Amino acid sequence: MRAAASMVGHTTPVAAASEPGPTVSLPAAVGAVAAGQLARVRVARGPLLVVATVQSLGLVILLRGIVRRHDAATAAAVVAGSTILVVAFVALNLLAQRLGALKASNALDYYAALPVSPVAVVLGTAASYATFTVPGVLVTALVGAAVYGLPMAHLWLVVPAAVTAALGLAGVGALLGLLLPRPELATIAGQLGMTAVLFLGLIPVGHLPAVIRGLRLLLPGMLSVDAVVDGLRPGTPWLDAVVRLAIAAAYGALALGLAGLAMRKAVDR
Amino acid sequence: MGTHAAYRVRGLTKTYRGGTTPANSAVDLDVPRGEIFGVLGPNGAGKTTLVRQLVGLVRPDAGEISLLGHDVVADRRIASRLVAYLAQDEPALAELDVRRAIETTGRLRGLSRRAAGAATDELLDELGLAGLADRPLTRLSGGQRRLACVGSALVADRAILILDEPTTGLDPVARRAVWSAIGRRRAATGTTVVLVTHNVLEAETVLDRVAVIDRGRVIACDTPGGLKAAVDDSIRIGLVWSHEPPYDDSLVESLAQTAAVDGRRWSVRIERNRARDVLDRLTQAPLFDALEDYTVSTPSLEDVYLSLGGTRPDMERL
Repeated sequence: MRAAASMVGHTTPVAAASEPGPTVSLPAAVGAVAAGQLARVRVARGPLLVVATVQSLGLVILLRGIVRRHDAATAAAVVAGSTILVVAFVALNLLAQRLGALKASNALDYYAALPVSPVAVVLGTAASYATFTVPGVLVTALVGAAVYGLPMAHLWLVVPAAVTAALGLAGVGALLGLLLPRPELATIAGQLGMTAVLFLGLIPVGHLPAVIRGLRLLLPGMLSVDAVVDGLRPGTPWLDAVVRLAIAAAYGALALGLAGLAMRKAVDR
Repeated sequence: MGTHAAYRVRGLTKTYRGGTTPANSAVDLDVPRGEIFGVLGPNGAGKTTLVRQLVGLVRPDAGEISLLGHDVVADRRIASRLVAYLAQDEPALAELDVRRAIETTGRLRGLSRRAAGAATDELLDELGLAGLADRPLTRLSGGQRRLACVGSALVADRAILILDEPTTGLDPVARRAVWSAIGRRRAATGTTVVLVTHNVLEAETVLDRVAVIDRGRVIACDTPGGLKAAVDDSIRIGLVWSHEPPYDDSLVESLAQTAAVDGRRWSVRIERNRARDVLDRLTQAPLFDALEDYTVSTPSLEDVYLSLGGTRPDMERL
């Protein structure tokens, strides 16, 4: 952005005008895309915020009637899965819909003709939605830990877990929106993806068949769910949690990178 | 840098996947700096494909594109740092308000938040959009929305503007505001403009040079005057009949064979040396009595297009 300072004035002479303008740094581009998108989703924010929160909070309270007292492993899975589900609702479901719609209306041309990385467009769009996941994530984790009587000392792990989950879920959500040929298919795929996160995130890993347990890790957000479960266990296995979050972050970076490539391909059709 | 043309294009060819005919075929273009260069042709002629290649959105199957000396085919991102591109429609901006649409675009071209805000205020005034600044684009008329999108193209003062039918739907006042704004940039910084249009009247009045495109090929490229000189041996006569044209008249019968007919309105291009005789006959009874109105004009770029072998006489006159 430093180079941009020279462009402020409109007195720049002819010679300077034919020099290439700056490429916009990733954080600046994410910020600008997010600010534009935020203005767009302002109207929808209230209802979406309520839906994202109520859905997960409802699950946590509903399952309280089913989970046996003293089954801390299941309780931790329910709370962790419900918390990350808030992120999945927005990052996977809404982002797949939004990017599918942008692709279908040729709106990606606008971004592709600007000196910003396609990853910034995905991240900026995701970041604009992220604002309405924050209350849902915090409320679900806190209320969940309280009603199941889980230890809260390491509940802060929810924050890095939600961020790393958001990267992976947003990357995969964007890939669905950009790669599927029709926006309706992207919407369906986004919703199915969210349903998968609901099932495989809330059911304790130990209860799953071995085959599904392996495949489960391919689904974005699952390692972050497991890291939250680690934090809710007495005697938190720190190394496991850190490794899980690191792999989740790498998964997210890879998915976002692929989404960037998919965006270029979607424009050059 | 100083000696390079704005664009130098050679042998540009592109066939879309699943397409049978090329969208562009062996296109050569030279756009000197500071010129207002037109790409004229009917809908579906390949104009938009051509400019999407110029801004690096579409990779050509073959050919070279040099932008101020930079190779756009090898480094497609370079175009985004030198060119402001206005597509035919900007759905990405649709739900933003006018101020936000221009400001966001400025920031995404590398302006700081403050610089983008200041540039946006200037543009809102310049284009007469200040009163609409806080209205979402979706709640504007087609012309107002187009004007806001032109604003987003002008922010951050790019050396080259590529505008795909920027004035479609604009009223005459807004149209003049757009061309004044472009004129000011051209005078101040030597901005180059590549204008896609199918509006022949606009092409004749604002363009320095024009490439006429038909079915993906450049069929002519010259100044509007130079192109018109090629068909200078003809004039166009417009006829409006009061009722059914008198086909029993031999002149009417012969004109009918080449006329473009739109209800009772006929448009006929005839050779200059024959024009006097034809006009003589038309301005005397009984033909004169059958006419409600008539016009005589020199050839237009549309005539150029048709005489060069253009196949789709659906270019727009305003």
